[in-house]
Amino acid sequence: MKEIVCKLLVIGAGPGGYVCAIRAGQLGVDTVIVESTKAGGTCLNIGCIPSKALIHAAEEFDKVRHMAGATNGLGISVEAPRLDLAQTVRWKDGIVGRLNAGVLGLLRKAKVKIVHGRAHFRDGKTVEVETETGTQLIRAETVVIATGSEPVELPALPFGGPVISSTEALSLPTVPKMLVVVGGGYIGLELGTAFAKMGSEVTVVEATQQILPQYDAELVKPVTKRLTELGVRILTGAKAKGLSNEVLVVEMASGEEKRLAADKVLVTVGRKPRTEGWGLEELDLDRSGRFIRIDERCRTSMRGVYAIGDVTGEPMLAHRAMAQGEMVAEIVAGRKRVWDKRAIPAVCFTDPEIVTAGLSPDEARAQGYEVRVGLFPFSANGRAMTTQQEDGFVRAVARADTNLVVGLQAVGAGVSELSSAFSLALEMGARLEDIAGTIHAHPTRSEGLQEAALKALGHALHI
Amino acid sequence: MGEFVIKMPDVGEGVAEAELVEWHVKPGDPVREDMVLAAVMTDKATVEIPSPVDGTVLWLGAEVGDTVAVKAPLLRIAIEGEGHAPADTAMDTAAKAETPAAPPETAEIIPLERATAASPRVEPAAPPPAAPRRESPAAAHPARHEPGERPLASPAVRLRAQEAGVDLRQVAATGPAGRITHDDLDQFLARGAQPATAVPGLARKTATEEIKVTGMRRRIAEKMRLAASRIPHITYVEEVDVTDLEDLRATMNAGRKPDQPKLTLLPFLMRALVKTLGEQPGVNATFDDDAGIITRHGAVHIGIATQTPSGLTVPVVRHAEARSIWDSAAELTRLADAARNGTAAREELSGSTITITSLGAIGGIVTTPIINHPEVAIVGVNKIMTRPVWDGTQFVPRKIMNLSSSFDHRIVDGWDAAVFVQRIKALLETPALIFIEG
Repeated sequence: MKEIVCKLLVIGAGPGGYVCAIRAGQLGVDTVIVESTKAGGTCLNIGCIPSKALIHAAEEFDKVRHMAGATNGLGISVEAPRLDLAQTVRWKDGIVGRLNAGVLGLLRKAKVKIVHGRAHFRDGKTVEVETETGTQLIRAETVVIATGSEPVELPALPFGGPVISSTEALSLPTVPKMLVVVGGGYIGLELGTAFAKMGSEVTVVEATQQILPQYDAELVKPVTKRLTELGVRILTGAKAKGLSNEVLVVEMASGEEKRLAADKVLVTVGRKPRTEGWGLEELDLDRSGRFIRIDERCRTSMRGVYAIGDVTGEPMLAHRAMAQGEMVAEIVAGRKRVWDKRAIPAVCFTDPEIVTAGLSPDEARAQGYEVRVGLFPFSANGRAMTTQQEDGFVRAVARADTNLVVGLQAVGAGVSELSSAFSLALEMGARLEDIAGTIHAHPTRSEGLQEAALKALGHALHI
Repeated sequence: MGEFVIKMPDVGEGVAEAELVEWHVKPGDPVREDMVLAAVMTDKATVEIPSPVDGTVLWLGAEVGDTVAVKAPLLRIAIEGEGHAPADTAMDTAAKAETPAAPPETAEIIPLERATAASPRVEPAAPPPAAPRRESPAAAHPARHEPGERPLASPAVRLRAQEAGVDLRQVAATGPAGRITHDDLDQFLARGAQPATAVPGLARKTATEEIKVTGMRRRIAEKMRLAASRIPHITYVEEVDVTDLEDLRATMNAGRKPDQPKLTLLPFLMRALVKTLGEQPGVNATFDDDAGIITRHGAVHIGIATQTPSGLTVPVVRHAEARSIWDSAAELTRLADAARNGTAAREELSGSTITITSLGAIGGIVTTPIINHPEVAIVGVNKIMTRPVWDGTQFVPRKIMNLSSSFDHRIVDGWDAAVFVQRIKALLETPALIFIEG
């Protein structure tokens, strides 16, 4: 059996793993990374990136289709547009391919050795990899587990045939006529919205009383309004019971059963850490629920074994994994590091988009703060008017005693790009006065942030 | 591999237990023969316990501050060679109940098999006591932020603090809303990473430090509590004109032989005390209040309260009645040095019948001395000061010193206390009387 000995072994080349390996390589750490499929992980191959590609295509199609209809006020007219989803998917795959190659290039540039194949732990320092050319044994001083997560399956709706996960939804050859989305979280709504814009009749089945249950009602309201405009049917308090003959049986909270015709059923009821099939049982690491337990340095219960990314817990977000990966690489290189991030922003690419960082007003109150909240609606923002997307707002949450900003949220078209300003404000420990005293370019949506801070201080200028 | 069990030695004085005051080793440490393993303290003295063997420490039987019975197992050492009994069955659990046996002066070392055979019954291992744990002073530095709150600082400041190993909660913040700036961190590091003291104005300090009372301090605390709670003190303060005494002292010191020590005031006081106690034996006594018996002592063993680096200790000038003033002075010097060096023997630190306490040049005007239980009197010496004194026609400068003396009021009546002090006063004011026989 062939054998490699290295200082650092990273299992999984998703956003956490490849960032960890690149940074370790930059720091001169002798690093090997193992990946069983394609570099980039869920995010790049079957998550963030391809879904955003599909969402963009759907948005463009919807825009044009909208113009082709009645008067749109802009004076633009187009002939009936058509969508070739197969071509859209090819375009999307092209972007994914470019990024795959990019990640591999970055790893090579950082002098990281890449081993393709499925890794299996023999013990805490030794991993076997089934490669195309045989079994490769890798011994490492330090191991980083970055195996990520995968979609949760519903027992009543096992994946296969018409029942699909987000992975298959991103590569459908044609637009399904009738699509039922089971699970009204951000993944289901992002894809459901995209298919609605591409022409599907979409029904969302959500078990709780609100879609996007992790967000407060104020933030979700504009999304619900837009879904209704797009003709998406929303069933809350509803449970999927099973599928037979292209009919999905749904039980409502009242006990009533609804039968929904469906070409495809997209199940997006959450993701689970990938903790099976690679020999975790050999290590017997402490768990935190289903996840691998880590400390503030991403150390597991076994010395020399770190874990990063989705396998370690919520929020399962690529940028969290990347930051953890970078930190672990620096620790392995001997730097003193500890996880001390103040905010992990989260973006939901629905229409309109939602972005949050830090605490919502209710969360801040629950932590015992007296808060000051300022909300600025995009209906009072010039840029929003000129792009015909006036729904939504920016909201600032601050401590009443010091005006220290503890949370920032927004809902509206394109607000995902406000995430950097939000996180920066929180990481820098900004007060409301800092944001209010910073010139925000006009006319942009970002002015909403300054105005929300002014509003919280009691002297907003434009409302 | 065999094992040696080292037991708490019998440290003399008929003591049944001793306090463990220091471990010099921890489990896993290699030890060499004669290496000091631990220090234990009895009422008066600290005894070091050396290792009789080469080996590796397996187990420690007590925590610092614990009181351990004589012959109870103190630690186990793994050694090369003999001794094969499984470690778990070797605990001599009966030892704590045993009365002390004949006193060997050093640690009693018993190879394991013999220890097992000698013990009346062999029990399964007692739950292993926790390894000694040093209480780190909790939060020695003042917290600058509310507990549980994360310090407010930009990522760049936080990174620098991590690199420098600085806990930002200790850094005083000058930025808005309590934000720690690069300058704040610079200042903190420039100060040697010590928390700021009132630099940006006055700050409240909320930190507390817990110090375990062990060893000498614990002995002092116990003795003081005993004396103060049991003995109803009466303190009597009188002024003494020591002008003539000081003249005599100067003359004697000027004419002393090379082998004679320099005289301080204390040897004179000791001689005066001896003379006075001859007339008032009721003051040179010890009172066993549990048994209800007063013991009057023929011998005058004078305890001298002495400040040492580890606290108050009382070396004893034995048989002061049989010592000349020069002899008293020499013995006083020797004992004070021995006490401060920690070389005083146990018998030199106990057995006094009356005690003198003196703070020398910082003696103040009045003190309220606590009696050295079970004695019944203590004489406190205050500072000598030159004061104007009316001699009937004019003010003259005189050297005046107060004596602050406490008595056990159960045994010594106020009248007797006053007579006692007045007699000492008379002797000290006319020092020739000290030296007149009869």
